[in-house]
Amino acid sequence: MAQPLSLVLDVSEISGDQDSPELSPYEESEVHDSFHQLIQEQSLWMAEEGLELQQVAGNLGASASGHQILPGAEGGLVYSTATLNILASMPSRTIGRSRGAIISQYYNRTVRMRRRNSRPPLGPVVCSARPSLRLYDLELDSAALQEDEKRRLLVKELQGLPAAQRDHMLRGMPLSLQEKRFLREKSRIPRGKQRSRQGCGGVFCCSQLRYTCALALHSLGLALLTCLHALKPWRYTLKQIGGQFGSSVLSYFLFLKTLLAFNALLLLPLVAFLVAVQAAFPPEARPVPTCTGLELLTGGGCFTHTVMYYGYYSNAMLNVPCGSPQCSPRAGSLPYDMPVAYLFTVGAAFFITCLTLVYSMSHSFGESYRVGSTKGAHAITVFCSWDYKVTQKWASRLQRDNIRTQLKELLAEWRMRRASQSTCGRLRRVATLVLVWLLCLGAALGCAVAVLTFSEVTIQSPVAAGQEAGLLVLPVVVCLLNLVAPYLFRCLAILEQHDSPVLEVYVAICRNLVLKMAILGVLCYHWLGRRVATLQGQCWEDCVGQELYRFLVMDFVFALLDSLFGELVWR
Amino acid sequence: MGGSGSRLSKELLAEYQDLTFLTKQEIVQAHRRFSELLPRDKQNVEDSLRERVSFEDILSIPELKANPFKERICKVFSTAPSRDSLSFEDFLDLLSVFSDTATPDIKSHYAFRIFDFDDDGTLDREDLCRLVNCLTGEGEDTQLSASEMKQLIDNILEESDIDRDGTINLSEFQHVISRSPDFVSSFKIVL
Repeated sequence: MAQPLSLVLDVSEISGDQDSPELSPYEESEVHDSFHQLIQEQSLWMAEEGLELQQVAGNLGASASGHQILPGAEGGLVYSTATLNILASMPSRTIGRSRGAIISQYYNRTVRMRRRNSRPPLGPVVCSARPSLRLYDLELDSAALQEDEKRRLLVKELQGLPAAQRDHMLRGMPLSLQEKRFLREKSRIPRGKQRSRQGCGGVFCCSQLRYTCALALHSLGLALLTCLHALKPWRYTLKQIGGQFGSSVLSYFLFLKTLLAFNALLLLPLVAFLVAVQAAFPPEARPVPTCTGLELLTGGGCFTHTVMYYGYYSNAMLNVPCGSPQCSPRAGSLPYDMPVAYLFTVGAAFFITCLTLVYSMSHSFGESYRVGSTKGAHAITVFCSWDYKVTQKWASRLQRDNIRTQLKELLAEWRMRRASQSTCGRLRRVATLVLVWLLCLGAALGCAVAVLTFSEVTIQSPVAAGQEAGLLVLPVVVCLLNLVAPYLFRCLAILEQHDSPVLEVYVAICRNLVLKMAILGVLCYHWLGRRVATLQGQCWEDCVGQELYRFLVMDFVFALLDSLFGELVWR
Repeated sequence: MGGSGSRLSKELLAEYQDLTFLTKQEIVQAHRRFSELLPRDKQNVEDSLRERVSFEDILSIPELKANPFKERICKVFSTAPSRDSLSFEDFLDLLSVFSDTATPDIKSHYAFRIFDFDDDGTLDREDLCRLVNCLTGEGEDTQLSASEMKQLIDNILEESDIDRDGTINLSEFQHVISRSPDFVSSFKIVL
């Protein structure tokens, strides 16, 4: 049956100091007048509904005398300051500043967590119209209870949690340390009560065991963390780098540290199973060419007779007991199959590296990629771009200049984009995007074809024995292409306009990756497909290893020259 | 490190370790640095836990000296009634929030408090204006022009103010922060 709707807001007056002269974040009586318009709109809408209900009630013939519409619905609304107080102490307003609201919020979270762990207690339930709100949800009722009362309730809830969870909860609360210590002290269950809880049945014994295990694991974890922290090498140096140059430069050095750790880890099995064994049983002596300076660049010459060279290891069994009477068999000698050892050691090392890389990449991708990170560039730049690690005044000034430039560029781009929001402008933008992508992919393909043609030429005309510098021509060509193409991509990217700098960076990384993959693919085909075919029985490892070495050295030289002339001198 | 008089007790260390995101070494180092800021006759353990250091001394440490938000940071973490000095526990709070292992939740909560220059629980236009001026520099020639500032603040409110009340509250702020992957790594101070 249709009950008439009563729309009178029954507000209890809150006694309190309304005009406190000094506002500190712990004051709860704060009046916001920006809610006025919202209240007006809402009440107009409610009044309209009330009128409709009145009509419906009139049609049904029910008595329409019980309801009252809000006073002054047609004209301006007058609400008491008490109403505004309640509205102003809504969670969205108070959670940012007041301690009482924080306590309420964490009380709710603790209750939910405790209820998830165990069944709710069958204590005395207050008989009120909405028990869920009255008893358990403090946030909406935050104006009704005093701060001490809320603290008491929170302490009571914390007592119901296991110790590790309680500490975890306390650690995550945005309260001062003094407050947390007080809460912890109060919520510590005394020894006597704990023992009496234990006698309540097998369930409690089991859970107590679980809690002790969790506590022990927790302290073990803390001890491990402390150990790891003490073992971190170069901690102070990295901090100085971060302080002077910022987080981005620091991340590069962290990457270098990770690479070093990887290589050190890989070195252990290789040395143990391959290098040490090979050094103990060297192959028969061959004529060693004299060392000229060119070996450092070409990777050949007298390097081929050193113990850690690619093709130095014997392709046969080592330490085989010999049958002829000339050699003296050593007691207890085991034959060591070198090729099998090589295969398994390198295979295991690569497998472990692959697993570790995949794990760490997926872990860091989850942390470093956010959905929607390319939208809202203005807010993100203003709120998130200051790096708190810088400690030098000049680095701080540099950062301020960078942020200012970034903000001005964002504003300029936004203005330009707003001017071209028409369909014509949008079509033009899409067309430019497609064109630039086609040009970039075409450039990458062109580079790959150039490398292929050049590599064919080097195969057709093999290098004579004395002119080993001719071996460096292909690496130089590839490095030049690797250097010039990204600059070309950057010039082409000026034509297109993106929503945010983050998107531009992602697009540039994509294009460079495509270029590098194409060139690498062509080179792999050249080495393993064509060059190995012309070897006539020589060791392919020597050949491919030397080529890789030459490429690495040339790449390093070109990177140095690029940093020197491209970045330092030009700027 | 000094004699046993300048070391914290084991129970206290364990308690601090449980309630903050810092490791034992970091807490001990923080205590050492804090004691150095106190006057010479108050550098023992009991006094260092009770005494407060004024803002001028705290702001002189190299980790905070070049930070444009240093006064706001000290004010947010101070529990003194007049909010002009830091105790050792306030200092630990500061380091805990800015440490490596603090949750993004707590970092964004305190970032909001730091950016809220007038302490009213929301970021309104005045707060955003002062924030941008802190970021770009204090001099006349380094600040943005009035029209640029207005445009920037309009854009920020357009992007992040969900309930369209003209201010940014904590939930909206945390929503914006969660979209940026750089925030957690840049909101760090290491002693």
